[in-house]
Amino acid sequence: MNAIEFSLLIGMASLVAGFLGSLTGLGGGVVIVPLLALAFKVDIHYAIGASLVSVIATSSGSAAAYVRKGYSNIRIGMLLEIATTMGAILGAFLAAGTPTKAIAIVFGMVLLFSAAASMRKRNPPPADEPKDRLASMLRLDGSYPDDGVKHPYHVRRVPLGFGLMFGACTLSGLLGIGSGAVKVLAMDEAMLIPFKVSTTTSNFMIGVTAAASAGIYLSRGYIDPAIAMPVTLGVLAGSMLGTQFLMRAKTKAIRIIFAVVIALLGLEMIYSGLTGRL
Amino acid sequence: MEQPAPIDRDDFVMNDDTILDIRIGMLLKIGMLTSAAVILLGGVLFLLHHGHSTPNYTVFHGVPDNLNSLAGIAAGVRHGNDLAIIQLGMLLLIATPVARVVFSIFAFLSERDYLYVTISTIVLAVLLYSLIWH
Repeated sequence: MNAIEFSLLIGMASLVAGFLGSLTGLGGGVVIVPLLALAFKVDIHYAIGASLVSVIATSSGSAAAYVRKGYSNIRIGMLLEIATTMGAILGAFLAAGTPTKAIAIVFGMVLLFSAAASMRKRNPPPADEPKDRLASMLRLDGSYPDDGVKHPYHVRRVPLGFGLMFGACTLSGLLGIGSGAVKVLAMDEAMLIPFKVSTTTSNFMIGVTAAASAGIYLSRGYIDPAIAMPVTLGVLAGSMLGTQFLMRAKTKAIRIIFAVVIALLGLEMIYSGLTGRL
Repeated sequence: MEQPAPIDRDDFVMNDDTILDIRIGMLLKIGMLTSAAVILLGGVLFLLHHGHSTPNYTVFHGVPDNLNSLAGIAAGVRHGNDLAIIQLGMLLLIATPVARVVFSIFAFLSERDYLYVTISTIVLAVLLYSLIWH
């Protein structure tokens, strides 16, 4: 296989990953790393480097659209970014010292978790909870538009959410993915943020979080231009297509298929890690 | 320097950050499109010149020194190195969210929201530690 074929194949695969990732809200990164490592025999460190920059690209692209619609809460985002960027740096440092086998096994477990979490029904939080003192002090409460009506919400359990975000982003820095599934858990379940706000704010934060690990990845030589180029352009194009498609499509069937694919990739990663084939 | 447009008084009362939202959205979009264009340009040049080489990434060596630092990439771009142009696009991509944080600091300053000026500055410090200290 020469460089043109290699770039085109990876570009096409990344396009599909970006498309499905944006439709399901799981991001393209979760599929890119196993795909590069298992199908293209790319070393996992190059794979996570390429995946990470593609995560930044899609975050900036989709955050631009969501922020303007007024879903994202910039204050919640800024505050939690203290935790996410520190976690991301810790994760990037851990990636250097962690053997490929161990990264593959942890990756596989995160994939299985993401698949399960994407099938979970997300209940809207109760509307008339009392205010939380810390959240009020930090002015995190806000409102979001839906069908032309403003829905106010109150944020709760800030320290727990902050801690969970730190953990989620340590994984993100270690594995080169957005860890959207873990973040949503922190924001929905711990902080009781409505899911329209938590999904879009999480997306908004992923760019800054990934940038924090990217600095370390770059200086350690994980970001190889010849791999990162087709991955970034492919995922970006795919996710832009996905955002267009999202307006019209019924996503339930796609969500199930994608969850199954991710779960299978997770099992394959764990198996490859255990048998030392990566 | 152009003066920033005065923010409508109502925005303080409503505290829904609408103008900030719109500007941040623009900034992210421009950054993303510019870096994608630079990556595409470098990619096309690379495949034109080295399209028939055989890629091999099964073993991790790390990218060469001239592609993993700001100075190395800048020098490569000046010499018209294709891979360095791709890396420049990657740097722009990484810089976009950082620029967003810098922008937020000034936006919160103009709203006299010193709590969030401090919070944004902490985030920027963590980012700069990662990007420059290494």
